[in-house]
Amino acid sequence: MAEESIITPEMRQAIGMELEPVVMEVEKGHLRRFAQAIDDPNPLWQDEGYAQGTRYGSIIAPPTFLCTLRPEGQELPFQNPLRRRLNGGNRWQFFLPVRPGDVITGRSKISDIYEAQGRVGRLLFILRETTYTNQRGELVARHWGTNISY
Amino acid sequence: MSAMLYYEDVHIGDELPTLTKHPTTQQLVKYAGASGDFYQIHYDKDFALGLGLPGVILHGLLKAAFLGQLLTDWIGVEGFIKEFDCSYRGMDVPGQPLYCKGRVTNKFEEGNEHCIECDIWTENPGGEHTTPGKAVVVLPRRS
Repeated sequence: MAEESIITPEMRQAIGMELEPVVMEVEKGHLRRFAQAIDDPNPLWQDEGYAQGTRYGSIIAPPTFLCTLRPEGQELPFQNPLRRRLNGGNRWQFFLPVRPGDVITGRSKISDIYEAQGRVGRLLFILRETTYTNQRGELVARHWGTNISY
Repeated sequence: MSAMLYYEDVHIGDELPTLTKHPTTQQLVKYAGASGDFYQIHYDKDFALGLGLPGVILHGLLKAAFLGQLLTDWIGVEGFIKEFDCSYRGMDVPGQPLYCKGRVTNKFEEGNEHCIECDIWTENPGGEHTTPGKAVVVLPRRS
């Protein structure tokens, strides 16, 4: 039995739309709190003395740190009728290390929206692509994220 | 950190050293604060139960961070993660260990880079792979 689509014209229009860029200065204290929160004792994230002796020459951010810059948390340009949501998956490509003092800009666009039928009912998939650049305009990382509402 | 890992030392089929994490409700609160993800299913038990969840559950991105640690612990400071992905197939709850594991699936050279491809995943105490993914890392060469 086919149910009516929950994808509205507003959602269709949003596909391909770029969201407002998000800018964040990377702070040492934030890196430390993040490393403590994920319980990763690697001195490369926290110990300047250790890090200076490595090829990086300074502490750097752990791989998933850029997700704290949250273009994903932005208001979407449409109403989502489903209130429960889950993270479906994440994918990253990394090009350059992220250091304290870097000013990172995240530019996201909605790459796709589609629906499917799951065990728990109707699922709405919202896919986003984000590029992260630093203050020199260098591409630091790319991210693809899938959010599922149900 | 461990001794330096070289491209020549890694072989298809090798297993990555298992990383065991012990997530707690306190860790979920710390992660919510550090990451800025304040969705209540990760720290408000009543809210989570109200949505039909078994209780508070781990952030997907926290599990991704665990897999990131699995990789960076393995490759050391001379290695570089080129890309990695994971999908959240099963929910994980605090109060039980989560085993982060991986296996080498391919080795190849791309330009000047010596790349290792591997499957990575988190495993719950029941042996279910709750967060499967893949990674490509770049390692130094001995010569």
